Amino acid sequence: MSVFYFVAFLSIFFALMTIFTKNPVHSVLYLVITFFTFTVHYILLNAQFLAVVNFIVYMGAIMVLFLFVLMLLNLNKDTEPLKSNLVKFMSVIAGMCLLVTLAGSFRVLESSEPIVLKNPDIGLVSNLGKVLFSDFLLPFEISSILLLTAMVGAVLLAKNDPKKI
Amino acid sequence: METIVQNIQGVPLNHYILFCSVIFTIGVIGVLIRRNVIIIMMSVELMLNSVNLLLAAFSAYSGDSAGQVFVFFVMALAAAEVAVGLAIIVMVYRNTRSVDINALNRLRW
Repeated sequence: MSVFYFVAFLSIFFALMTIFTKNPVHSVLYLVITFFTFTVHYILLNAQFLAVVNFIVYMGAIMVLFLFVLMLLNLNKDTEPLKSNLVKFMSVIAGMCLLVTLAGSFRVLESSEPIVLKNPDIGLVSNLGKVLFSDFLLPFEISSILLLTAMVGAVLLAKNDPKKI
Repeated sequence: METIVQNIQGVPLNHYILFCSVIFTIGVIGVLIRRNVIIIMMSVELMLNSVNLLLAAFSAYSGDSAGQVFVFFVMALAAAEVAVGLAIIVMVYRNTRSVDINALNRLRW
């Protein structure tokens, strides 16, 4: 039980470091650590498939893509554009207002029942695969079309066009 | 595995909701206070991840695996979004030589 609170503290700490660090490369590295703590959360929820997918897709693919673009564009601390302190202060105030509003609306729930894993096997790969290929077969195939479209779009956008429009 | 299952027993669902709201708020603040487009996209990823974790927690709470399947679809969507978004950022950088979001104000009025 206390493992959850420790990992949640680490997640919040590294998420804060992500958005407040000046250097973009450090920011990406802190985001990788944040995603690792999310993987630990999935393991604690016994969602093993999601933990592995989060580890591979987010920490492996997406973060490498971010780091690659960041280094391709040669960004570092000197080229980092900064907002003025007044705008930063007002943004933090606005975010805190959002948090207070959300937390206040959750007080209505007051169903503070602890999570009991009624069915601890639902997160395993075999059970999720059965659900994915029986009930959610059509969305699964459509998501493959979505990924294909995104791939074609990314290549089309990033391609260096010799005959400029 | 038994120890892991034992570990999570007893964390109230409200604490999961509160924790995910805090992470989501951090993502919103990150979008508001940064001017680098790449950091803004990273903050959007942070928001997506907090919602993913909350879906997984609800799924484990109610014993229904549909939530975890939905998290899987959100991850596929996030991968597509990042690919297209970073391609757009590379194209913008090629044209304006910066990743400053304030340089992209031609559609403002």
